[in-house]
Amino acid sequence: MRLSIKQPSAAGMALRTAVILLIFVVAFTSLLAAAFLWTRPAIEAAAAEEKMKLIGEVLPRELYDNDVLKDSRQLAPSAVLGLDEASTAYLARKGGEVTALVFEAVAPDGYSGKIRLLLGVSADGTLLGVRVIQHKETPGLGDYIEPKKDRNKERPWIRQFDGLSLAAVADRDWRVRKDGGRFDSVAGATVTPRAVIKAVHKALQYVAENHRQLFASSQGGST
Amino acid sequence: MISRETFRQITANGVWQQNTSLVQILGLCPLLAVTTNLVNGVMLSLATIIVMAVANVAVASLRNLIPHEIRIPVFILIVAALVTVVDLVFNAQFHELYLVLGIFIPLIVTNCIVLARIEAFANKNPPLQSLLDGVFMGVGMLWTLALLGGLRELIGGGTLFAGIDMVFPGLQPLQLLPADYPGFLLTLLPPGAFILLGCLIAWKNWVEARVAARQTGPGQHPAVPTVLADRV
Repeated sequence: MRLSIKQPSAAGMALRTAVILLIFVVAFTSLLAAAFLWTRPAIEAAAAEEKMKLIGEVLPRELYDNDVLKDSRQLAPSAVLGLDEASTAYLARKGGEVTALVFEAVAPDGYSGKIRLLLGVSADGTLLGVRVIQHKETPGLGDYIEPKKDRNKERPWIRQFDGLSLAAVADRDWRVRKDGGRFDSVAGATVTPRAVIKAVHKALQYVAENHRQLFASSQGGST
Repeated sequence: MISRETFRQITANGVWQQNTSLVQILGLCPLLAVTTNLVNGVMLSLATIIVMAVANVAVASLRNLIPHEIRIPVFILIVAALVTVVDLVFNAQFHELYLVLGIFIPLIVTNCIVLARIEAFANKNPPLQSLLDGVFMGVGMLWTLALLGGLRELIGGGTLFAGIDMVFPGLQPLQLLPADYPGFLLTLLPPGAFILLGCLIAWKNWVEARVAARQTGPGQHPAVPTVLADRV
């Protein structure tokens, strides 16, 4: 690419490089735009599937016959849930009746920052399941709250919550065994489970307090 | 085509002589953050191999069109665009693999290894050689990170291959030390990664010094290679 100008002036040089740079920018921006448009449908489908898989972890299949992802309810910011922004609760319905609720809660006092949880709670206040969706706990130490990282594959720590409810477990028992409660923890990493247990307990109290609005079968329009 | 000698030189440079982690000391930020276990180290390296191969070929093909004065902004543009495209295509077409590798790809955008190989190699060589260079620089990174991650994991928690079940469902991590091994937290945190990386660099220099000593023969004083000084 040799241009015929023998001794380019400063302005000529500047113009030439500017034009070349512009061509590169246009070419690669178009490439990006094309890649984005081409991949978008597949990525959106995969994201929805992934979300549904996560929801499926805390929501048994036999509890719903609706499209859970499209049947949601906005929750106002709540200090009890540890959320300072509005969040989305997904409704599981069977024959139009709300059978369970899947929503997020945050444990603000993890060992290194917030721990985001996803909870499934049935209409009678029973915990269907709890999963950690985001955390920054120490790898190899506090991260056993995530079933994938838990060395106990038979019965991962987080499954202790399955089937519990406020009615079944007294308030003072929502603690690790070390503090006189009923939950196991791994020696040397008790800050993390303490935070999770507290957040789950508070989330159940939130559901109990707001039960009527949360499980109202109107509104939210099923698909 | 590439002569056998060029091939040998490119692979030897990538895997050992100019090893990105042990000699060029490039891309330490993701390296130290990610290598808490062997599987993560390998996954980051695989993502880097893909990105480096693509970026090197792209720049090598376009190298005659890029004016010398503005090559750096153009390189950055090319790398950023290609990494994003790789990220999108992986997400759409190989979603299973993306779930494993995906979190590492954005880390590579900020990784200076990619830019360094473009500036040092792809900018001056044809596409095929550049492809090889990208791949084998990545292979050098792969074994180093696997070793570093494996050591950190083993000393830190007594296991090996933690997280393997995310890549190959059904496989279980190995518990090499007794289950009541208390763990050694330092190696799992970034300072421990620095210390172990230092040990690996020392080990590499020791190996090279021994090889040099053997070649110069007994009785003569071996020349200690100054591997670090000329690259950093």
